[in-house]
Amino acid sequence: MRQEPAIAVRGLTKRFGARTVVDHIDLTVEPGRICGFLGPNGSGKTTTLRMICGLLIPDEGEGEVLGLDLKAKRRAIKQQIGYMTQKFGLFSDLSIAENLEFIARVYGLDNRKTRVALALERLGLASRAEQLAGKLSGGWKQRLALAAAVLHEPKILLLDEPTAGVDPQARREFWDQIHALAREGMTVLVSTHYMDEAERCHEIAYIAYGVMLARGTTDEVIAASGLHALEGEGHGADRLATEIEGQPGVAMAAAFGTSLHVCGTDPEALRRAVEPWADRVRWSQVSPTLEDVFINLMRTATDNSVLEQA
Amino acid sequence: MWERIGAMVFKEVRQMARDPGMFVMMFMFPILQLAIFGFAINNDPRHLPIAIESSDNSAYSRAIVSALRATSYFDIEQVTGNYGEAEKMLSEGEVQFILTVPADFSRDLVRGDRPQLLLTVDATDPASTGPAVAAVTEAVNQALARDLIGTLAARQVQMPPVDLVLHRSFNPEGITSHNTVPGLLAIILSMTMVALTAMSVTRETEQGTMENLLATPLRPVEVMIGKIVPYFAMGLVQVLVVLLAAAIVFRVPFVGSFGLLLAVTLLFTLVSLALGFTLSTLVDSQVMSMQLSMLYLMPSILLSGFAFPFRGMPVWAQWLSELLPPTHYIRLVRGIMLKGWDSRLALPEAGILLIMLIAFGTIAVRRYRDTVA
Repeated sequence: MRQEPAIAVRGLTKRFGARTVVDHIDLTVEPGRICGFLGPNGSGKTTTLRMICGLLIPDEGEGEVLGLDLKAKRRAIKQQIGYMTQKFGLFSDLSIAENLEFIARVYGLDNRKTRVALALERLGLASRAEQLAGKLSGGWKQRLALAAAVLHEPKILLLDEPTAGVDPQARREFWDQIHALAREGMTVLVSTHYMDEAERCHEIAYIAYGVMLARGTTDEVIAASGLHALEGEGHGADRLATEIEGQPGVAMAAAFGTSLHVCGTDPEALRRAVEPWADRVRWSQVSPTLEDVFINLMRTATDNSVLEQA
Repeated sequence: MWERIGAMVFKEVRQMARDPGMFVMMFMFPILQLAIFGFAINNDPRHLPIAIESSDNSAYSRAIVSALRATSYFDIEQVTGNYGEAEKMLSEGEVQFILTVPADFSRDLVRGDRPQLLLTVDATDPASTGPAVAAVTEAVNQALARDLIGTLAARQVQMPPVDLVLHRSFNPEGITSHNTVPGLLAIILSMTMVALTAMSVTRETEQGTMENLLATPLRPVEVMIGKIVPYFAMGLVQVLVVLLAAAIVFRVPFVGSFGLLLAVTLLFTLVSLALGFTLSTLVDSQVMSMQLSMLYLMPSILLSGFAFPFRGMPVWAQWLSELLPPTHYIRLVRGIMLKGWDSRLALPEAGILLIMLIAFGTIAVRRYRDTVA
């Protein structure tokens, strides 16, 4: 038996004035999946999330969230969606417990006290319940925001760059929680700039300048990119980036520590391009990374948009 | 719905209680305004400094001088026979008036030649000298009436053919605070209700909490009511502070119905809250909402008839001020407190406020959406 998708939108478009911020985006996410939403700054990630949770009304397009019509049932959708905004959206002059109580009341939850106490317990914030939310550090603020977003046990969780400015350990714990929630059946759509986070998602969607450029699992996206990569190791390999990047057949070259990472779409051309340095640098074929794919996609997208304007 | 509104009210009250500025706004602000407008500002200034320049040292001129002093409008700073000294004092600002008694004043008076007295006024500030000047003629005539007796009785002022009787209705002593303190209700409510609501809404937008609120099932109208209720209660506290001060400290007469005053005050408070909400939908930072509120408050103070006479303004300014809610509320408060207006007399002005409430309320609800941007 096939379940209906948690999120299914088609041709979603949003314009602000003359600028098209989101341009005919299709997105389907199956229940219980974690979908990473990637793209450069200003690519329309936040706008798309806002349209899905009912904070913005799309100019064009249609879709269903949990089987409810995106445009007509915005209120019913809001009841079942948890949304964590990019900027800390709770009240800094209320305590941790007061913030959670407020959210519980707004959603009309039963057993408020128990739920809040439970959430505090799970957060490990029970002892600091009376502390003002504004006094928390970045990592704790983010945990609190997540606890508030899932307090009403939503079926879908939308996270807008939740881990920006959070230390690695807190990020790791945060992602463990996301996976725990997904195991319980929650569908998660999370926007991020971090490649390691993208790799922790079940699937990814890459948008740039309002257009969806890649979609699928990490492996699928890498395979679909048609990119090939070489890694050069040897004396001074890392210094060759600018020189090699100018060669035909090389899409990009970047230094990682003492080694150089080179990609291009044509494996033969790529090999020929690095040939002149073969005497002192040892080249070996490696798998392109997600980062290679995205930077390449972004460059192509930029070029297209420049062409369109000209 | 009520649960969500309750959550908003509860949250808002908690935030207000934690904001030290809120206490200042609620109590200190009305008290400060009362002190300034009630005690410090006086449209009927007395004890103005005057110099007497007299070369006629007679019983008549002395009688005039003491009569001037008795009006309480004047403090005699200097009596000099030296021409030029008084002019110097006037230009230096030491005195505001010079009364010049000519050398042959008493001789001419006795001969029936109608001698002249010259009153020179520093008219750079006409408002402050007006009532004093009006008191001079009366004082001079009364002073001479007592001394022009016997054969000189013929020099007395002839009985005017008509006896004009002046009756100052509603404020017999012309006490300024009886006028300003009721008007202060409008000013204090405008400042706090309009500015604080506008700021409290834009604060949510500015700090990013509005996006979070709107992503929850809260409806815009529920957010609005939740924000309005606490400020409404705060407005009532301020009204009580001002009314208590009016009754106890300034002894402003209250001849009308307290219930009617309360009713129009509620109406005006709602108008101000709706206006504050409308302003908040036009801007997205607290600083800008404060500036916009000031743009509303300035004309409210200056044109509403609170600080300066409404009828002294040109017609275009009068029309402008008719558009301001405080203009109508000030008329209502003065009408009810000082003149004892009943509901029939209050109806036209209250009706205008009601129309304004509907207009601003509609704009606020329509402009305030449950979406961002």
